[in-house]
Amino acid sequence: MAVEIQPEKAREPGGREPGGPRPARPWWMRPAVHTGLIGAVLGYLVGHWLGNFLAGGYSQVANSGQNDMAIVLGYLLGTVGWLAGLGVFNDLLRAMAGRPVRTVEEEEAAAAGGLARYFRYSLDHKVVGLQYLVGMIAYFLTGGLFAMAIRTELLSPTYHTLNANAYLMVVGEHGTMMIMMMSSIILGPFGNYFVPIMIGSKRVAFPRIEALSFWITPAAFIVLLSGVLFGGFPTGWTGYAPLSIQATQGQDAYAVAFGLMGLSLILAGFNIIATIICCRAPGMRWSRLPIFVWSMFTTALLMVLAAPVLVGGMYMLITDRTVQTAFFTEDLGGSNYLYENLFWFFGHPEVYILALPGFGIVSEILPVFCRKPLFGYRVAAAGMIGVAILSFFVWQHHLFMSGINPDMRPLYMLTTELISIPTGFIFLVAMGTFWKAKIRFTVPMLFALGFYFNFLIGGITGVFLSDVPADTTEHGTFFSMAHFHYTIMGGLIFAFMAGVYYWLPKMMGIKLNETLGKIHFWTMFIFFNSTFLPLFAVGLLGQPRRVFEYARNLQPLNDWVSISAFLLGGSILIFLINFVWSTVIAREREEGNPWRSRGLEWQVPSPPPPGNFRYVPVVLSDPYEYGVKDAPPVADLDPPVGVVAAAYAGTEAEA
Amino acid sequence: MTAESAPAPAAPAGAAEPRHGLRIFLIWLVLSAIVDPIIWFVWGPHLPPGAMSDTAASQQVDITVMAVMSAPVILFVLIYFIYALITWRQKPGDEEDGPPIHGNARISATWIIGTAVIVLGLFVYGTVELIVPAGAGAGEGNTPIWRPSGGTPLQVQVIAQQWRFTYRYPQFGGFETTDLVLPVGREVQFNVTSLDVIHSFWAIQLAVKADANPQLNNVAYTKTLHTGSFTVRCSELCGLWHGAMFDTGRVLSVAGFQAWATRTEAQLAALTRQLPPYALTYDANSVKQLGKAFHQAGLFGAGGNYYGSQYPVSP
Repeated sequence: MAVEIQPEKAREPGGREPGGPRPARPWWMRPAVHTGLIGAVLGYLVGHWLGNFLAGGYSQVANSGQNDMAIVLGYLLGTVGWLAGLGVFNDLLRAMAGRPVRTVEEEEAAAAGGLARYFRYSLDHKVVGLQYLVGMIAYFLTGGLFAMAIRTELLSPTYHTLNANAYLMVVGEHGTMMIMMMSSIILGPFGNYFVPIMIGSKRVAFPRIEALSFWITPAAFIVLLSGVLFGGFPTGWTGYAPLSIQATQGQDAYAVAFGLMGLSLILAGFNIIATIICCRAPGMRWSRLPIFVWSMFTTALLMVLAAPVLVGGMYMLITDRTVQTAFFTEDLGGSNYLYENLFWFFGHPEVYILALPGFGIVSEILPVFCRKPLFGYRVAAAGMIGVAILSFFVWQHHLFMSGINPDMRPLYMLTTELISIPTGFIFLVAMGTFWKAKIRFTVPMLFALGFYFNFLIGGITGVFLSDVPADTTEHGTFFSMAHFHYTIMGGLIFAFMAGVYYWLPKMMGIKLNETLGKIHFWTMFIFFNSTFLPLFAVGLLGQPRRVFEYARNLQPLNDWVSISAFLLGGSILIFLINFVWSTVIAREREEGNPWRSRGLEWQVPSPPPPGNFRYVPVVLSDPYEYGVKDAPPVADLDPPVGVVAAAYAGTEAEA
Repeated sequence: MTAESAPAPAAPAGAAEPRHGLRIFLIWLVLSAIVDPIIWFVWGPHLPPGAMSDTAASQQVDITVMAVMSAPVILFVLIYFIYALITWRQKPGDEEDGPPIHGNARISATWIIGTAVIVLGLFVYGTVELIVPAGAGAGEGNTPIWRPSGGTPLQVQVIAQQWRFTYRYPQFGGFETTDLVLPVGREVQFNVTSLDVIHSFWAIQLAVKADANPQLNNVAYTKTLHTGSFTVRCSELCGLWHGAMFDTGRVLSVAGFQAWATRTEAQLAALTRQLPPYALTYDANSVKQLGKAFHQAGLFGAGGNYYGSQYPVSP
């Protein structure tokens, strides 16, 4: 491999020496969150004016006297302004002007240590990972507060804490916040942070795209929340078409936010795929890839393939609402089935975008705390690939009752039930790993075990829903709602918590309080189950989703669920207290490798230094060789001179 | 089939070791043998949606069968987990690693075949249950391919609008009413449509659910078996008063239904003449125009203007 040599460059007029340090500017002159906010406000105002200028004559929202186009363009240009203010386009403009762009290494060296880098458009994947972590926790807590409001309203079938409109607003915000923002809750923080380290890379493939994928999420979050100012949107997170076209301006917030988040998913996915394919260290064969990296790879594939359909669907919804196209209006040549198809063609892979990272984290953690190799590594990877492929062929099971393609329902029933086979592999792998293991009940392990229990219930009830006759009773009720909360809250969020307790010592170099962690686990596990298990019964007994009035005989169950839900909220509060206490106040140092893990990420100091590795490591063996006599270390972090080049030469010769 | 479906890993055990696989298998066998009959005989007959119609009865059996199938799977995984967590937890002071078992092709294959057999069995059973009672009470679209055999079913049109269901009886002059009344022991064809957004017609105890799509007809069949009342709810989010969109239907004796239908037909004759002619779908725009005329004349019907033009504040 030829070494690239930078050609000597003459000093540009007004520029700096090539390779020299960038001249330091005071903090308020450098692009960061505050300039982003200025850009967002300016962009919104320009967009709002432009919308009124272009479409003031015809694009009116019913009953509001407001111009739909102005709001949509305000959101979009506000987002562009936010990104421009953050300096996202600076390198692009520099490159277009022929001036040198900043590099990742320069960025890392310049910003080492300071807190300010977390408020900037940083190209360091470890900074982006922590930005994602804090962002995702904030979004999750916001969505959780909406859930508390839902359960408060459902305390009584007749006495209403919220009015009908406020209730629908809260339901819509909760659902959209949780499904849409939580798509990246594991790939964002842990995927971006650990995938490069786990595959022995010093950096990600596309640091700018990665950082952009994060900085879109606060914009999507604010846009979505701003729907509250317009009274929310009445459609829930699905946004079914005739209703979403009829709805007032809050629906614009929904469509723009969901579309933005779709863009973020596509960008994040591309970066992870390219990183895993192109940036693996010598010796990191596909058969040695940590199982978490496999889960990130399959998740990223789903994001890249499914999210464009969502973005398209949201775009069509916006044009239907603003410039009065009629994609989804039956009597003008459109079809409301089109929206349902587009939405669920994204929406079902999305469900696995939420599930696969959980599979990855628990399968990654299990061998460490069982002190055994992962049972059936290939089965686990094949299971994830199988789930990823099948997830594109099941979407119409959401439409079993809609009257669309009634003759195709057996097919979708089959594909949906088939997907439980690769999902079952995850349980096979866990049970095989337990066999004669030496199980340690650490906090991450407890959360992983909680994941398996919850996902078992969620998975089995999914089989009930896949069966068309049984689905006739269960569809659109609290039964299906309980089912997907078991897989997402009980699966994804438990796995996320496992990841936080497992990896936070590595990311921040601090210990999380173990006692608080155990209290957090047990309260969360018990109250999660006592919240959602009764909801299966509530659904079967005839309570549809998203209603604020229900049969009087269901009040005891609903009250039980509401009280459990408040206690579940309390357990999340314990997590928050633990998180803030351990990372901000106590800050107990965690050195080295507390879990005695063989994972490559644990072989570097905590937190990892800029560039992750001093030299590109050479991977010598599988990451899960626990108990193997004479197993070589997982990687040589300081390979002798020439080994890396030889390894590359070797792979080229093989190819 | 369930008995063999969940494989018990029987890895070669050491001489002194107890045979863990056998123990787990026996615990599982005993518990499954206890739990499954309880589900089938005790719980099953009380499971929703009951037995008010043939679709409800078949769905009750269907849900029971799936519960009987999945209970051993849940039990197996849980028993294995609990057994493993008790037996193989770290002994105090034991810092050794476990045995390096990387996998076992035989056990993996057994598991995969076992789960595949369960899944394919459920698929075949589910398809039969879908086809035999004529679509299992689910919406079958405009051109249903699974129809009940013999005789013309009673036609009931369900017109959904924000936020009310109304029902038209084309075999009785096409009158429209807010009461859903059915005769017992009769095959019923629901033609479900909507005037505005997507709703979903869910007759809970009849186990009928069909989305109401604007400008589209969605057919669902059921056969009533017992008299009594049932609840109708909208189960697709349709806007502000979705939660308040419910009413109660009745299944009457055949004579009672005849009397009710002829009486209502006569009572509503004046209104029926004003209604748009019976059709499987209604054009929302012309219906709105008609609706205005009805509203001025003090009449309410398929015109959709139950609430007038102002924004509703209470259902």
